[in-house]
Amino acid sequence: MINLSDKISKRTASLKPSGIRRFFDIANEMDNVISLGVGEPDFKTPYAIRRKGIENLEEGRTGYSANAGMMELRNAITRFLHRKYELSYDPAKEILVTVGGSEAIDLGIRAFLDPGDEVLIPEPSFVCYSPIVTLTSGIPVPIVTKEEDHFRLTPEALEGAITDKTKMLILPYPNNPTGAVMKKEHLEAIAEVILRHDLIVLSDEIYSELTYNGKHVSIASIPGMKERTILVNGFSKAFSMTGWRLGYAAAPKEAISQMTKIHQYAVMCAPTTSQYAAIEALDHCDENIEEMRNEYNMRRRLTVNGFNEIGLHTFEPEGAFYVFPSIQSTGLSSEEFCEKLLYAKRVAVVPGNAFGESGEGFIRVSYSYSVKHILEAIKRIGEFVQELREQ
Amino acid sequence: MEQLLKILEKNARLDDKAIAVMLDTTEAAVAAEIEKLEKDGVIYGYRPLINHDKIHVPFVEAIIELRVTPRKDTGFEEIARKVSAFDEVDSVYLMSGGYDLHVRVTGKDFRDIALFVAQRLALLDGVLSTATHFILTRYKAHGVILNENHTDERGNISL
Repeated sequence: MINLSDKISKRTASLKPSGIRRFFDIANEMDNVISLGVGEPDFKTPYAIRRKGIENLEEGRTGYSANAGMMELRNAITRFLHRKYELSYDPAKEILVTVGGSEAIDLGIRAFLDPGDEVLIPEPSFVCYSPIVTLTSGIPVPIVTKEEDHFRLTPEALEGAITDKTKMLILPYPNNPTGAVMKKEHLEAIAEVILRHDLIVLSDEIYSELTYNGKHVSIASIPGMKERTILVNGFSKAFSMTGWRLGYAAAPKEAISQMTKIHQYAVMCAPTTSQYAAIEALDHCDENIEEMRNEYNMRRRLTVNGFNEIGLHTFEPEGAFYVFPSIQSTGLSSEEFCEKLLYAKRVAVVPGNAFGESGEGFIRVSYSYSVKHILEAIKRIGEFVQELREQ
Repeated sequence: MEQLLKILEKNARLDDKAIAVMLDTTEAAVAAEIEKLEKDGVIYGYRPLINHDKIHVPFVEAIIELRVTPRKDTGFEEIARKVSAFDEVDSVYLMSGGYDLHVRVTGKDFRDIALFVAQRLALLDGVLSTATHFILTRYKAHGVILNENHTDERGNISL
């Protein structure tokens, strides 16, 4: 009999499964668990967008689209980027519609890396960058970001991580899991280092519309940066369209044409129904975004305040829908804390170290839940922390 | 104010402190604003949304379409007030379209409501006709879908 495990590529076998998964697997086996673990909006896709999808299905528009995406959608993306972030792209040559922001990240990395190229990844951050770099024979190089810097990438930390092999910087802001944002002045500060070392930037801005206390600024709008930036964005978070699997990359044509080659061989094109729906989203749903952002913002304040009140120090996040409380005062590791909390109080949260070693000592808490749910979960976590202190 | 009302509409039992945090203001400011809204009659009451299907207390609800003769001087006002005065009546609306007053009535059984309509409502001066519609099943009330098991289907993905 064949031993398949032996045949799996060493590179694939070396990838660790996502650390987020484990706790959900335990939680799913238990009753009465309330979760603050999910990294997905709790809103339905706005009705007008769903309707557009349905209409196009009814009319039988079910074929492939152009590889790079429907021209009408690329036009709409270009208008949106201009209206929201003052960025100008050529819809015909500088936009690529992808299967979620995830595919755009994958393509951006694959198009630029040669074996041995180093990619800088600020951590804690979303779990996909480093495995994709590894699969591309690149070398992921984490840069630790610290709470005292509001989990921002500082020019000093960036400078310190650059070697003569460094090719690309991943810029994951607004950040999952910390909720950190990079404001204009912070982007300007790192832009200088990026330019001096001639780096490519892959800017994952999937949470851009979920920015509080001010507007999101894209690094591509900083002078000199657009020509070296692959901007990744999508529909999942801003429009609550996770299951539609639709995202895009905006970048200079030399990058987009190479990325489109990989895209065309790997997936042909993004789902057509989703593309029709997305046009509606970009052109007519600003109000829905605003409404959801408002709701998230109220929950954000409630959640940050709640954790600080139960004695878990929490930095004020200004983007995405996560807070990142420190659990160091309990003396437990992130995983111990999450596991004990799950068994003792049936609350599921994600250990911070799932997002890189520098996330140790923190937990990721999502507030894409109803206010009632959030309050109940924080109450249970409060009891748990109290009991730990009394032991 | 708009945000505050939105929050209360969703959950009127949230305490002032939580609301203050959500709106980035002080507890005192929230208390003052709510007091003002109550005094001005913008908020005219609070009540729980009770799903009567879940308790075994007899309860029947009916919608009555009332056609009436408006008065020359007071229009629909007088008759509407008279109808509103009955304890059995939960709500009264003046309608556009095929009839005039939309009246929602509650009672403990069908007979209760039938008697109320025949012996009290229909006899009022100015009432031309009544059409009584009993509610059979409630699927959604006050913006809430009833008797639905809400399970969070998210969480099956690792991000």
